Amino acid sequence: MAEPLLVLNGISRSFGGLKAVQGVSLSVAEGSLSALIGPNGAGKTTLFALMSGFLKPDTGTVRFAGQDITGREPHRNALLGMTRTFQIVKPFAAQTVRENIAVGVHLHERSRGAALRRADEVAQRVGLAAQLDKPASDLTVAGRKRLELARALATEPRLLLLDEVLAGLNPQEIAEMMPVVRGIADGGVTVLMIEHVMQAVMNLAEHVWVLAQGQLIAEGSPAEVTSNDKVVEAYLGHGTAARLRKAAAAKGVNA
Amino acid sequence: MSGPRQLAGIALFAAAVACVPLVTASGATLNFVMMALYATLIAQAWNILGGFGGQFSFGHALFFGSGAYIQAIAQLQGGLNAWVALGLAVIGAAVVGLFIGGLSFRYGLKGSYFALVTLAFAEVFRIVALSVPFTGGGVGLMLPLREAPSNLQFATRAGYLWVVLAFVVAALLVTWWLRNGRFGAWLQAVRDNEDAARAVGVNPFRVKLGAIGISAAFMGAAGAFYVQVFQYIDPGIAYGSSTSVEALVGAIVGGVGTLWGPVLGAVVLHLLADLTRNLFGELPGINMVIYGTVLVLIVIFLPRGIAGLGLSVRQLWASAKGGPRG
Repeated sequence: MAEPLLVLNGISRSFGGLKAVQGVSLSVAEGSLSALIGPNGAGKTTLFALMSGFLKPDTGTVRFAGQDITGREPHRNALLGMTRTFQIVKPFAAQTVRENIAVGVHLHERSRGAALRRADEVAQRVGLAAQLDKPASDLTVAGRKRLELARALATEPRLLLLDEVLAGLNPQEIAEMMPVVRGIADGGVTVLMIEHVMQAVMNLAEHVWVLAQGQLIAEGSPAEVTSNDKVVEAYLGHGTAARLRKAAAAKGVNA
Repeated sequence: MSGPRQLAGIALFAAAVACVPLVTASGATLNFVMMALYATLIAQAWNILGGFGGQFSFGHALFFGSGAYIQAIAQLQGGLNAWVALGLAVIGAAVVGLFIGGLSFRYGLKGSYFALVTLAFAEVFRIVALSVPFTGGGVGLMLPLREAPSNLQFATRAGYLWVVLAFVVAALLVTWWLRNGRFGAWLQAVRDNEDAARAVGVNPFRVKLGAIGISAAFMGAAGAFYVQVFQYIDPGIAYGSSTSVEALVGAIVGGVGTLWGPVLGAVVLHLLADLTRNLFGELPGINMVIYGTVLVLIVIFLPRGIAGLGLSVRQLWASAKGGPRG
């Protein structure tokens, strides 16, 4: 069997005394759409930074597309086909939406004219076509999230790392965005997303990893991990799983 | 404005300015145009790195002075032709730029740290130029008068005007390329958000290094030009902060990151300096006070520079009509 597209092996990273990520190993199969979830401060974004080269792991290795890319700079990883987005969106504010997306296209396209034209197509895919000539600073939060996605998509990645593209959106915007993400995955791009919006995780992800306090505590299908006691406790506190079960049982008796 | 129309604008500008010596033989007019072009050139050079790359240098005299000294030393000590020296000055200044940029950007210096490092390097170069023998120390270097186009020395200002115009047009074309090419798109992406640029495959180190190299090369050309016109250079002129300030003020007043901003800024400031000097010449210092006041007013009321004025007016108009902005 071919090697998975992305393989992390025993990745750890500390900041001073804080062990942000400890001994994380996981592998992402080519063509999959999976999610990384966990409570706030679990180390999800740090793990993304370690995968994409924004941070160097203290120990462990990252393999991507058959190569050891541990600690390799982000721009070289982008060239190899791994692009990330940012939870806190980072538009090139002074430039128009079209120009923003064109920067991504330029990774594989020298010509400015061709890059600007391709930007139109990419904008179409994420539903930004009507706003191509607006300055990026004029976009709403939802628009900026789409732009973040479009710019990453424009690099024609093999693996797209989406850091909370749904956070801060209202329910309607989430409902509009989910098919966009689905469409990208259906187009053959492997997607790994960090997400808090459980509705999206349940609907989109085939496989879920749960990170808590820097360690992977569970993995499996969305249904498996959400019924996992450890996961429930990581989110709701120690002993909650037992309490919830007792409550449910009590309800059953009374009914 | 679209790419081809901008190119036509550059061609028009070049043709119009090139015709000035054919229309007038007035030494004062030609001198004014020549010096305005020279001020334009250093503002353009600064704009390439500061305006498009967002790396605000306070020490662009570094590259100016290095170009000037190479121009003088290559002729005086090396016995080289002035045109050959000019080539060396441009290349030499670019190498200094790459060296300073390599050091600063390798260690991720940004913002005020980068500004301070360039300022400090310019000061170091000034002190070195004062103390080593081949720069003539504090006495400076003087070029012998050998008027001939082949020596890059002209009997009238017209010849100098055309030479500096050629550099200004070259800088305009480079700026046009930055606005309409991949390298420029990368450079502006790094300026606007370095991490976002890295995520989509931009190598910030290489992009910034390229920008400082080009910027320094034009600054070196300006330095070499200065030596040919005034036939004299000393450490204070070469590496003093006045050139650094002139470069960045011209670009900022005109509008950073724009094609015509540095041209507008340099010309307006030059006019202003000339005017105040002529009107208030008898009161020493008063011209600087007025110059400074106007600078402050421009920075307060035109934060995007003179080139941003058109945009601001359009937005005001749109908001006055209650229409959408942008």
